[in-house]
Amino acid sequence: MMDETPKKLVELKDLQLYFNQGKSNEVRAIDHVSFDIYEGEVFGLVGESGSGKTTIGRAILKLYEPTAGQILFDGQDVTHLKHKHLSEFRKDAQMIFQDPQASLNGRMKVRDIIAEGIDINKLAKNKAERDAKVQHLLDLVGLNKDHATRYPHEFSGGQRQRIGIARALAVDPKFIIADEPISALDVSIQAQVVNLMKELQTEHSLTYLFIAHDLSMVKYISDRIGVMHWGKLLEIGTADAVYNHPLHPYTKSLLSAIPVPDPEVESMRQHIEYDASIETDGKERQMVEINPGHFVLATPEEVSVYKNQQK
Amino acid sequence: MAANTQDFVIVGAQDSEANEHIAKPALSFWQDAWRRLKLNKLAVISLWFLAFILAFAFVSNFVMPQQQANSFNSDKVGVYKNLPPKSGLPIPGWSGQIKAPGDTTSTDVYASQNVPKSEKFILGTDNIGRSLAKRVTVGLRISLLVALVATFIDLLVGVAYGVLSGWKGGWVDNVMQRIIEILSSVPNLIIVTMLGLVLGGGVLSIILAIAMTGWLGMARQVRNMTLTLKERDYVLAAKSLGESSFKIAIKHLIPNMAGTIIVQIMMTVPTAIMFEAVLSAINLGVKPPTASLGSLISDASSMLQFYPYQVLIPSAMLVLVSLAFILLGDGLRDAFDPRASED
Repeated sequence: MMDETPKKLVELKDLQLYFNQGKSNEVRAIDHVSFDIYEGEVFGLVGESGSGKTTIGRAILKLYEPTAGQILFDGQDVTHLKHKHLSEFRKDAQMIFQDPQASLNGRMKVRDIIAEGIDINKLAKNKAERDAKVQHLLDLVGLNKDHATRYPHEFSGGQRQRIGIARALAVDPKFIIADEPISALDVSIQAQVVNLMKELQTEHSLTYLFIAHDLSMVKYISDRIGVMHWGKLLEIGTADAVYNHPLHPYTKSLLSAIPVPDPEVESMRQHIEYDASIETDGKERQMVEINPGHFVLATPEEVSVYKNQQK
Repeated sequence: MAANTQDFVIVGAQDSEANEHIAKPALSFWQDAWRRLKLNKLAVISLWFLAFILAFAFVSNFVMPQQQANSFNSDKVGVYKNLPPKSGLPIPGWSGQIKAPGDTTSTDVYASQNVPKSEKFILGTDNIGRSLAKRVTVGLRISLLVALVATFIDLLVGVAYGVLSGWKGGWVDNVMQRIIEILSSVPNLIIVTMLGLVLGGGVLSIILAIAMTGWLGMARQVRNMTLTLKERDYVLAAKSLGESSFKIAIKHLIPNMAGTIIVQIMMTVPTAIMFEAVLSAINLGVKPPTASLGSLISDASSMLQFYPYQVLIPSAMLVLVSLAFILLGDGLRDAFDPRASED
């Protein structure tokens, strides 16, 4: 997927998003973050709670207004889109939410929830066509025909999440942001949903931004991974590179926290503590390419340390 | 090991179609709400009671105009005044007899005042000989009118104001909330007195007073709910699909705060009815000879010891209507919430 010069679908250029800017309780949710997502790939974004992953996803969809920086989608700057262009962009980029319970309006029937995007963008000429489209989407995510007349509270967690996926697919998007789509589900259902997402990706040639805090699941689905901490992007690389040869101490710490399904190995597993003070020493850091396609946020001195580690 | 595995048969889980099936029958929103409302007996009784009262009040407009309840024959006040309720049946306490204070036996007032044999007043008469049944009917009409106007303003102004304030947020919200605070800091009584001076009292000034201040509570509640709901994922999902703010309010915000709105309305209705009653009782409300439930109670209260039925009948009406609204509101709130169902 990375071979012949791939097309950049989403480009973040020095994106910043501060809440309560200029006040004492200022929060730098996104702090000078730049990365690209290529067409047809799955980009995994990991990091602990409050690291800004979700905020990045929502900023890309223009649910939040960035403080500074640029977001390019398909070569077009979407940071200041208005009205007609904005609604066109919203047809191309969709979101799957973390909590399937909270992301479905309990007062609406599944049919109307899924058809919301169809109605807004007037994708169906009449009621029959609308029903047929909803039917097709239900099939796509493996739900039954008679589920259309049900309310969300009648479904299990996995079924609800599939309704959420169907809603996102209704407008036939190119790019889907999956904001921790599996972290509210139990393990047996996680695999079901992730496999469904993989299937849909190949069938509809989708591009995903997959946000999660579970590195093992991200490794399974992603082509490339970005690691975030405190609003900063610390490391980007192919899934294998980040997983097998982590550079940044935070990534190493995250990886060391993954449990191993072997009691003997698991009992020996040592968690690497991460000392966050290296981020707060006030030095200028930039993304530096250590290996081809493998970037890390570092000072020039740290770069040589990382390079030595690789040898 | 191999022998053991034969003893186990996997039950279910082979047929994923069957796994996804939901056995419960599919109902439309209103069918489902009605089904749940029916489970609440008190709410159903209240519903029928209110339906009957509303129909009765509406039909009575054509049968019994205001003047008929207000007029009296000044020559025959002595004959018709203060007659107790008489059903014409031998029911104790409803036979036209009343025990005067100090007496040991009850007397037939209809006989002692020489009322013609054929005439009887099922709810009695007041101190100038007007039928209490007619006066209560007219009074009920005014109370219900005030209640309906209050509900209408609550829904129209209160909900719209609250949603707008909460949804816009920032300085718009700030300004709108300060306006509410200023309005709510003016005592209602002062507003009615001022309106009374300008408009000369009556139902219109009561309705205007309610229009000016009655929606404040609703607007605040709705704003609070909007602030909570607008951060919900399904609202974000609708936004990311490109839904307009107006549609989000109609489809996502208001249906999800229906419970709060209904409860608020069911609180507003009795409050409005009571408000009218209190104002009429202190002579700021409807002007005599027009009757409202409040003015009936206040006019008769001085005679409570002698003619208790003149106070008790309109009071009972007031209590029953208010109670029915409250009980129905309770039932509706549960009925409109699909998640509240226990089955």
